Amino acid sequence: MKPPQFEYHAPTSVEEACALLSSLQDAKVLAGGQSLVPLLNFRLARPAHLVDINRIPNLDRIYERDGGVAVQALARQADVEDSELVARRCPLLLAAVRLVAHRVIRNRGTVCGSLVHADPASELPAVLLALRGHVVARSTRGSRIIPAADFFIGVMETKLAYDELLVEAWFPASTGRFAIAEESRRHGDFALAGAVRYGDRLALFGVAPTPVLADRNDPTHGLQPSGDLEASPEFRLHLVRILTEKVFAA
Amino acid sequence: MKVNGIAHPAPADPRRLLSDHLRHDLGLTGTHVGCEHGVCGCCTVLLDGAPVRSCLMLAVQAEGHEVTTIEGLAAPGAPLHPVQQAFHECHGLQCGFCTPGFVMSVVGLLHEHPDPSPEQVDEGISGNLCRCTGYASIRRAVRRAAELSKQ
Amino acid sequence: MTTRWFGARVQRVEDDRLLRGKGHFTDDIDGGALESVLVRSPFAHARVKSIDVSAARALPGVVAVYVAADLPFGQTDLPILIPHPNLTHGRTQRCLASEVVRYVGEAVAFVVAENRYIAEDAADLVDVDYEPLPVVITPEASAAAEHLVHDDVHDNVAAEMIQEVGDVQKAMAAAPHRKRLRLRFERGAASPMEGRAVWARWSESEHRLTVYDSTQSPTSIRGGLAVLFGLQESDVDVIAPDVGGGFGPKIMLFYPDELLVPFAAMQLGRPVKWTEDRQEHFTAVNQERGQVHEVEVGFDDAGRVVALDDDFLHDGGAYTPYGIILPIITAAQVPGPYRVSNYRVRFRDVYTNATATSPYRGAGRPHACFVMERTLDAIAADLGLDRVEVRRRNLIQADQFPYEVGVLWQDGNRVVYDSGNYPALVERALEMLGPRPEGDHIGMGLSPYVEGTGVGPYEGAHVQVLVSGKVVAATGIPNQGQSHATVWAQIVADQLGVDVGDVEVSSGDTRRFHWGVGTFASRAAIMAGNAMAVAAGMVAEKAKHIAADVLEADPADLELADGSVRVKGAPERGVPLAAVAVLANPMRYAFGGGTEAATQFAARPRPGPPLAEGEQPGLEATGYFSPVGSAWAAGCHAAYVRVDPRTFRLEILKYVVVHDCGRLINPLVVEGQIEGGVAQGIGGAFYERLAYDADGQLRNASFMEFLMPYATEIPAIEIDHIETPSPLNPLGIKGAGEAGVIPVGAVIASAVEEALGVPITEMPLSPLKLFELSRR
Repeated sequence: MKPPQFEYHAPTSVEEACALLSSLQDAKVLAGGQSLVPLLNFRLARPAHLVDINRIPNLDRIYERDGGVAVQALARQADVEDSELVARRCPLLLAAVRLVAHRVIRNRGTVCGSLVHADPASELPAVLLALRGHVVARSTRGSRIIPAADFFIGVMETKLAYDELLVEAWFPASTGRFAIAEESRRHGDFALAGAVRYGDRLALFGVAPTPVLADRNDPTHGLQPSGDLEASPEFRLHLVRILTEKVFAA
Repeated sequence: MKVNGIAHPAPADPRRLLSDHLRHDLGLTGTHVGCEHGVCGCCTVLLDGAPVRSCLMLAVQAEGHEVTTIEGLAAPGAPLHPVQQAFHECHGLQCGFCTPGFVMSVVGLLHEHPDPSPEQVDEGISGNLCRCTGYASIRRAVRRAAELSKQ
Repeated sequence: MTTRWFGARVQRVEDDRLLRGKGHFTDDIDGGALESVLVRSPFAHARVKSIDVSAARALPGVVAVYVAADLPFGQTDLPILIPHPNLTHGRTQRCLASEVVRYVGEAVAFVVAENRYIAEDAADLVDVDYEPLPVVITPEASAAAEHLVHDDVHDNVAAEMIQEVGDVQKAMAAAPHRKRLRLRFERGAASPMEGRAVWARWSESEHRLTVYDSTQSPTSIRGGLAVLFGLQESDVDVIAPDVGGGFGPKIMLFYPDELLVPFAAMQLGRPVKWTEDRQEHFTAVNQERGQVHEVEVGFDDAGRVVALDDDFLHDGGAYTPYGIILPIITAAQVPGPYRVSNYRVRFRDVYTNATATSPYRGAGRPHACFVMERTLDAIAADLGLDRVEVRRRNLIQADQFPYEVGVLWQDGNRVVYDSGNYPALVERALEMLGPRPEGDHIGMGLSPYVEGTGVGPYEGAHVQVLVSGKVVAATGIPNQGQSHATVWAQIVADQLGVDVGDVEVSSGDTRRFHWGVGTFASRAAIMAGNAMAVAAGMVAEKAKHIAADVLEADPADLELADGSVRVKGAPERGVPLAAVAVLANPMRYAFGGGTEAATQFAARPRPGPPLAEGEQPGLEATGYFSPVGSAWAAGCHAAYVRVDPRTFRLEILKYVVVHDCGRLINPLVVEGQIEGGVAQGIGGAFYERLAYDADGQLRNASFMEFLMPYATEIPAIEIDHIETPSPLNPLGIKGAGEAGVIPVGAVIASAVEEALGVPITEMPLSPLKLFELSRR
């Protein structure tokens, strides 16, 4: 389980990274590596080029913007977990990040990386969706904002173009009532199903190709979850009802 | 990169994993490889003091950073680090394969929580797999390590 | 001899180097070795039409690529390790397949390169043309034999065996009540944290093959390599260095790499190593646990079993290298700690297109225990009796030993329980369990069990006191974390009156000791422990005779204590053991270290030759232990669990273990073994399974999806011990290695059944499974 060969690039600025993404065929961005490196080790991903953005300075900030919290591309999940700003302004994000894998993974994994990776069972995309946040994408063509509702388009698929680098994720303040709950087999595992509540809004994860908004009174409406070794579609729907109850009971 | 305080160049091959670089290029075979997908924790080392999976890092990524492996906790012949000592006292290891990963994770845990609650202990060791001990003795070792670290 | 160490909670002598990261695991060894990779079949059943390795061979950094045609032994079937007359249709694979592959993971080519990265690149370039064939995956499908795994085994049955005690047909017909059950186990895996690894070097100048192997039987590997390569055994060294867990699959031999790596080393004139990765481990390493049982039980109004008939299929996998030991063990252990005067058991070991099966901790006993315990629960439910009371009414009583069960055991003898007290185990477990906790959806499970331990044929040990006073001991049996070095040091230290820290034990290294069998079947403590005691005892006797001469005393009046040989009751009249070691070797040339005392002008003159007839120089001895039969350990587990009625999560509220392994050498070690075994049992009951699809693909070949429990999934357990010493060995000990895992499935099943009110007839369980069961 060793990575296949690739050309390695370590740009030292966002501009350089974007130029590389624009000019290279078949390149993948390496940030935290906690999702990508396993894929490389399994040889399930065989990119011709790896663009390691970890050398870019000043891209790891967590700061207040427009009343919410902006998390830059190289801010580690552990940094978000330990951030006083996040605890104060966006405690839902804090609660969600604590559910991501284990602390040792969070020491390297990034919030933006998790959003780009867009695993249907991951927590952070659902939080972004529930809070109506957005991401900021940079390329040689400029910069654009992609709202959460438009960003996630399929299983591990986002609106991000091949030549775009996600530089920041913006989470609105979550000073209202919030809750996040998930069912998983073991501590830290990917969720079989999960629910995020913010105010009256409900976002579900692990039950559709992307995180989805749902009606708290009819949360399974329109859902066609997939089945796998640990959860059948029926079981997922069953869990959705339980988790919805749970997040609105708090 | 610095490994246990000593400067080393990164390998020429960018795809060489940090775990293989430590074990085979630097001869520091105390860090073990159990899965190469970040789940088992056998490969855990400290990167700038925080536990990370060395199987999920390219060795070149460690350039400019400080890596601490199990060999770096106590000098040869010197007394064991409190965490190591605690594992010994509590029979916290049997085959020893997962042990360096656990020890480094616990060093990281106690750095964040010098006096961890039972929940914090379980949270702190919940990312490492052990097939021999059933974890009971490891929990005892963490509590004992917290005691020893205070002394 | 002292009894200072036996029974003491001695901290381990192994720990320091392991804690410092100075362990010596097989992949740690470099020695300038080339690295390698096995190219494996992605199909569960296929004809191999062609293999093109030209592109792989041409890759820079690749040193050699082998297929079957390149091997002198390419057409040799690997051995059947344990032949048996009932194994009428045993089949084994070849090192590298060239005609047919029969399981995902079967090896077809071997790539040797400068490093594993390049070797994997080359493996990608090996082009194999497979023609898929129909796949047989479940034991039931195999028994139906619509498709064959081996063309010449027309019903997919490798072996069939029927045993009967009493007259089941008659007793069943006469039974007041009868019940049928169908019980099913999916495959599971041992999954040690260290995968398998092999390192080999051939020295032409020394004519010596040296192999390091993460194996549970170095002596067997050595013997096999000598035969296969036409070498003398004395030209082959096999060492199991530190091994990161075995749990059974590493007793299997020969895996193809165990032959290919030494072969390549001999061919290429450079050391060669191979280390598997986790993904390949899942299908490359033997598995276990797949069985399907059809049970019929006849019982009376009091819940006593009057007749038991068990007909089961054993999922043997694609090949039968390990013979039929697993189903033999299951068949032997179904009656367990209970009186079953009329018992009939039939098994068929059937082929499937999956990895071969061989022992994994428990080795057929967990199934047996599950079968009997589910049956007794069914009886209790049928009659409206208390489940524990039904156990009490069927248990073998303490005055019924030795107890003959009447079936065949894995050592070729009949099953005879040598000693035990099963009712005491049950009562103590209940006492420890205490009252039921408050709350809903709570269930209790309780399961006593027996475990046949310490099978032969034998093990040996060599013990020597060095002139420094330190003691070195060696045995052929290797260790995988069971604290052998500490436990045997305790035994030797007691015999020689020295400190545990002064005894250094070597194990699993044929250079140090080349006779022996291996570590499996909970036998190491009994076999090697008793051999150590024999050898050390012989050393102690010799020491007394030499010291008697010096002290002008009778050897019978002497004792070994505090590192010296001294007169009982007069400790000031003694000789240091180190000095005795010196005197044991009459010398001409002293070389320091006190050896002057043994030279001809220093030693006390005595008549006769310096080395008396029949004497050997040195304070050393070799001893062996060979048992007349297995020592039967036993125990009882009990637990309270809660199952969430909505999420179907399992919460283990309390788990207790009462354990009888005869006399305990080191309670710390035994408890560690039990805690580890229970964790594996919980994993096997609620988290782990090998999910094969209909095409024979393993769907969860990674730690992300094969769910081994973390600490958060394993509760604290309480342990107590009862000791019924075994009369079958001088130390009175019984094995303990597998005890923790054997009854866990039965306990969890019984508790979940009560908590949820749904019948549980299969293993493993999961929230999904319980959700589906509660919907039926």
